[in-house]
Amino acid sequence: MTELLGSLFILASLAFFAAGSIGLLRLPDVHARLHALTKADNLGLGLLVAGACLIGGHLLLALKLLLVWLLVMFASAIAANLIARHAMKDGEES
Amino acid sequence: MEITLWHLLDSLLAILLLGLAWSALSGTDLKRGVVLFMAFGLLLSLIWARLRAPDLALAEAAIGAGLSGALLLLALRDREKSENKAGQPMSLLRLATVLLMLLLAASFALAYVTAVTSNTGGRLAGLAFGNLEQSGVSNPVTAVLLNFRAYDTLLELAVLLAATLGILALGSERRPFRRPGVLLGALVTWISPLLVIVAGYLLWTGAHAPGGAFQAGALLAAAIVMLRLGGMTSEQLPHPLLQGWLLASGIAAFMLAGYLATFHDLAFLQYPAGWAGLLILLIESAAMLSIALSLGLAYLGGSPSGWDERSSRGKRS
Amino acid sequence: MIDMDTLLLTAAVLLLVTLITGLVRALIGPSLQDRMLSIQLLGTGGVALLILLGLLLKIEALVDTALVLALLAAVAAAALTRRETPHD
Repeated sequence: MTELLGSLFILASLAFFAAGSIGLLRLPDVHARLHALTKADNLGLGLLVAGACLIGGHLLLALKLLLVWLLVMFASAIAANLIARHAMKDGEES
Repeated sequence: MEITLWHLLDSLLAILLLGLAWSALSGTDLKRGVVLFMAFGLLLSLIWARLRAPDLALAEAAIGAGLSGALLLLALRDREKSENKAGQPMSLLRLATVLLMLLLAASFALAYVTAVTSNTGGRLAGLAFGNLEQSGVSNPVTAVLLNFRAYDTLLELAVLLAATLGILALGSERRPFRRPGVLLGALVTWISPLLVIVAGYLLWTGAHAPGGAFQAGALLAAAIVMLRLGGMTSEQLPHPLLQGWLLASGIAAFMLAGYLATFHDLAFLQYPAGWAGLLILLIESAAMLSIALSLGLAYLGGSPSGWDERSSRGKRS
Repeated sequence: MIDMDTLLLTAAVLLLVTLITGLVRALIGPSLQDRMLSIQLLGTGGVALLILLGLLLKIEALVDTALVLALLAAVAAAALTRRETPHD
């Protein structure tokens, strides 16, 4: 039962990763692409982590996976903002 | 031979690897090349994971993706934008290079195929696994690096020290970065301690799970890089005398352990029975610090400014 | 029921295809920031792929590798976006 639920989570996460990549290719400029990439991919990773926790089994693994997900969210939130600022200032390099 | 999904996965990984390698080197924009090279490093880490080599995947993720990318970006930093264009060597030289590379690739492929298809003799891996209990650790990679082939690792550390001395002799360090904004400051504040903690964790688990001194040292070096990006100046590094000791500590620990053995009528680096586990942990800790400082000084790009003043300040007091 | 290994392997292949299509942006993307996005993609997607491979190959150390990759992706992002101006 848990394995079935875990598989569903993983399949759902694939859909979000696909959405992120499609957005990366089709959206018009860097800032829009940032939205697609950061939000969709992090949600996809979260679903994948949920599925992996269910399939993997023991508690230590689940804790490690949760730490990885929180870390990726924190880092990519800041990184997305940094990249956006970098794009804005590209004309005014000082 | 039936085509399975594994073959599909492997083919995609291989095509992506070759594609990234080619595109990183082609074209004249060097910054583009460096970014693609970082992506190449990330992909290589994934490939090591696929090939069931987690120790290599750990090392590649730390060194290939993060550290070498940061080093290359730093090299591009001080040049004018117009200078960041790759030069075009003359076409005869290019042709000769391509032919040489093809020749090398062919000989590697020949060597690999011969090695895999010929069945003479046992494999060294069997020997390593057979002696694993006496090595003091249960991770076979650590056992090979720090016990069975400890001499090789000692010489590798010596090579690293020689390279660091070369970097220190290059001259003064690159100019540090200015104060970071709020966001980068927050990132540095959170990520640097995490890097230190995970480094310690990898050092500890290296005895029984993938990990070890090199991976831990690379992570500590990444912490130094992160702090540097956050505006750390070399005044905030440890005292130059301590830095010197740290750089030499890996080799020193190895030599001490090696000579300790000779006092017990054993060969050099033949760990006394029962002591192997503890000695390996001590040597790995020292080696981690040496590797971290070596890579960190490489990122600094030269001898830290104020090295001479701080040393003489210490002597005067 | 469906074999868990086949499902995980299919998921890994599909994820890799997604990453490859996203990486096209790294090759085409006109500005430098577009290429930085590809590093972000490989970072997050790489973590996902490592977790999948860890489940598939039953190597728990690959979750540690995913942790290291996440940390180093943060370092890479900081190194890429660092400028001289005091506001970054």
